[in-house]
Amino acid sequence: MTDAALPHAAVASTAPARRDFGLKRRHAAERRFRLYGVAAIVIGLGFLAVLLVSIVGKGYTAFVQTSITVPVEFSAEIIDKDNERATNPRVLVSANYPVIARNAVAKALGVATDDKAAMRDIAKFVSDGSRSTLREIVVNDPSVIGTTRNVTLLAAADIDSANKGQIDLTVPESKRKVSDRQVAWLDQLKQQGAVSTPFNWGLITFGASSRPETAGLGVALVGSLYMMAIVLLCALPIGVAASIYLEEFAKKNRFTDFIEVNINNLAAVPSIVFGLLGLAVFINFFGLPRSAPIVGGLVLTLMTLPTIIIATRAALRSVPPSIRSAALGIGASRMQMVFDHVLPLAMPGILTGTIIGLARALGETAPLLLIGMVAFVADRPTTPLDPATALPVQIYMWANEAERAFVERTSGAIMVLLLFLALMNLAAILLRRRFERRW
Amino acid sequence: MSAGWVVAIVLAIGALAYFFAAQRARVQRDGTDRAKEVPHSLPTYHGWLAFIFATVPALLVYLVVSSVSAGLLDSRIRSEVTAHIADPAAASLSIGIVRNASNALTQLDLSGPNVPTSYAALRDMAKSAGITLADSGEDYMVPLAAGVNADAGVHKLIGQGLTLLLSLAGAAFAYSRIRLRLRARNQVERVVLCSLLGASTVAILTTVGIILSMLGETIHFFSEVDPLTFFFGTVWDPRFAAAGSSGSEGQFGLIPLLMGTLYIALVSMLFAVPVGLMAAVYMGEYASNRVRSTVKPLLELLAGIPTIVYGIFAVVTLGPFFRDLSAALAGGFSFIQAQSVFTAGIVMGVMLIPVVSSLSDDVITAVPRAMRDGSLALGATRSETIRKVILPAALPGIVGALLLTASRAIGETMIVVLAAGVAARINFNPFEAMTTITVKIVNQLTGDLEFNSPQTLVAFALGLTLFTLTLGMNVYALYIVRKYREQYE
Repeated sequence: MTDAALPHAAVASTAPARRDFGLKRRHAAERRFRLYGVAAIVIGLGFLAVLLVSIVGKGYTAFVQTSITVPVEFSAEIIDKDNERATNPRVLVSANYPVIARNAVAKALGVATDDKAAMRDIAKFVSDGSRSTLREIVVNDPSVIGTTRNVTLLAAADIDSANKGQIDLTVPESKRKVSDRQVAWLDQLKQQGAVSTPFNWGLITFGASSRPETAGLGVALVGSLYMMAIVLLCALPIGVAASIYLEEFAKKNRFTDFIEVNINNLAAVPSIVFGLLGLAVFINFFGLPRSAPIVGGLVLTLMTLPTIIIATRAALRSVPPSIRSAALGIGASRMQMVFDHVLPLAMPGILTGTIIGLARALGETAPLLLIGMVAFVADRPTTPLDPATALPVQIYMWANEAERAFVERTSGAIMVLLLFLALMNLAAILLRRRFERRW
Repeated sequence: MSAGWVVAIVLAIGALAYFFAAQRARVQRDGTDRAKEVPHSLPTYHGWLAFIFATVPALLVYLVVSSVSAGLLDSRIRSEVTAHIADPAAASLSIGIVRNASNALTQLDLSGPNVPTSYAALRDMAKSAGITLADSGEDYMVPLAAGVNADAGVHKLIGQGLTLLLSLAGAAFAYSRIRLRLRARNQVERVVLCSLLGASTVAILTTVGIILSMLGETIHFFSEVDPLTFFFGTVWDPRFAAAGSSGSEGQFGLIPLLMGTLYIALVSMLFAVPVGLMAAVYMGEYASNRVRSTVKPLLELLAGIPTIVYGIFAVVTLGPFFRDLSAALAGGFSFIQAQSVFTAGIVMGVMLIPVVSSLSDDVITAVPRAMRDGSLALGATRSETIRKVILPAALPGIVGALLLTASRAIGETMIVVLAAGVAARINFNPFEAMTTITVKIVNQLTGDLEFNSPQTLVAFALGLTLFTLTLGMNVYALYIVRKYREQYE
């Protein structure tokens, strides 16, 4: 900027006196104005960067999970004291597996199992989820009883945080969730090579849980998948049919105008209003079940419909009239012209618009809160009528949890959501690049 | 036989009808002398016509019979229950119990003489099968539930028989009609056109559905709470009533919520409008092609990020940051709360940047080239051209764009749910928490709720207020934008 000003000043000194147009002031104003523009863009992009960095920075650790591999002794004494598993299979299901896990860790650490205080700390060392891990092993293969076998157990959420270095050890021991003894044990297990941090598959397979280490997005992913399928199956045919009617067949009259005004307004109605509609119409009037993906899918369908209609109409409009005239000229009916010639040519544009509409529907949260998708669902739904949650709703629910480990999972879940959105938008861009035609 | 099977069978009949009708038309076509008689439609159109005849009337009848049957059963339960119980609230509870009992009977596969005589017996049987029934059922409900089930069975039989019969009859009728000169294509196209028209009325139905559903519940709400105290009340304290007690003691004042909504929207607009507008101007007037082709998609990324993500960003990152920053500035006392109008407004503003910039970009590029060139030719600098020629010329369009953006800000939910707080109060300090209409809709309707209390119905009144507000802004904005466009066309 100073470079630009220098020659200017030199010219002014040699040239004969001229009338002052305030050029200097005006050019300074020009530069300032430009600077405002740059600043605006920097602010926008800066926020984007901060947003992404803060989420990835908080969330990337959610993709690994501290696990402890220890030799577990499936003692018959604890599992099946009276040896009645042949007659009463429930013995194996209700056995005291946490004790087995506890003893195994204690043995690996060289802690005596009758030291009650130490055992209490050890009990908090492995996740409560180890109960079901061990139970599964025993129920599937009762012959392990009485033997010792290496088993990988999930570490408890606080130990997981400690292992990831998220717990500040300078804080006095009484004020943090992990005691000095537990930290020492963790180091001891690390030196034995018993601690590993494998990829956290549980994050995308487990259902809802109050324990962070066994909470996952499994139910939410299935629920979102069902909803996307319903949106696609309902919104695409209805949207395309409506656009074809409005663009190719409708006469210009009051009724058509009314439909158009309606579509434009629906595109701008706040999404939460669609939630109220879903609650009043689908749940209270038609009696569909609460929390079910089918209701969510229908609500999102109504929300996505305007987007798809607007995109489809633009795509139909971009097909040149010569195609239509040629089809009509060789004797096709109007219907044949539309379905055999115009629609195939408009298809890439329609699909691009549909994918973008679906991506928006996937990230939508507010209407789903109202139709009861904020639910604690532990089992994956098998039909769209079963209770489920959705990806963004699960994020919202985790955001309301207090524990430290849920913060990490919230950001991790956001990363999963953003990954899906990025993939969908990428698909839309590729589709447009590959098939878009310039007439 | 479930509804899915009925539909599948009807569709299968339709497919067969398509196949045979097309085949017959093909045979007729091949067997004629074209010099004498020209076939009117292609064989596939005959096939489609047969498909339509076989499926459409049958499925329509099935739908009608099913809904009439549901209505009949409903009114039977209602009339018998109200014969036993006079109180309407208790009656609606008992109607639910009867419905559950009849579902349980169906699941247990009990009918006729197997039906238990007392409600307690039925409940025990259901319990052993893993179905839970309410405790407060009475004995008269069991035969009623069984009777309803028997009726439902008869209705189902009638409906399914009628449907299948009609489907077969339609197929046979269409098959027998096939002639060379039958105008099958025109008939098929008429049906297709009707279905296209039907699809385009979904938009109208949605709007009507929104208005009717919310209006109905709102009227219900206003029958318990005076509209004047709702619209002009300054205290929001709905006081969740315990189930059963009819509690309209809560105070439902709209004003604090409306103020919060408008305040947060104002803060977000104060942030988003200068930034978005300047970004649009810079990219339209100054940026080189290379810069524009990278910066524009990046800015549009902001529009693609779900609002829940913004909300969590506000709660987890920006809110604590502002709180600590203010504490550092004021020496220990954090005058910005973690949940505040300011935080929510800034984050919502970030979300609105791409909205403002893409809308105003459209408007600015619509200003005729000649105006810009004329100003530059007179010696004005670029910024003078933009400030004194282009922006005034585009002003109506920009106002329209801003109205559309403001309606987005007013209707936004997730950011304010997470970042603005739940305290409904009137206050003018932007660094404290306020709440909005959308937050309260979510609060009133999440969790276990009884549907008929004013505490939940108020959500619909709030929703209708919100809908009216945004609808008015949108309609006016679209009107301005359209008028503005016509001015330069």
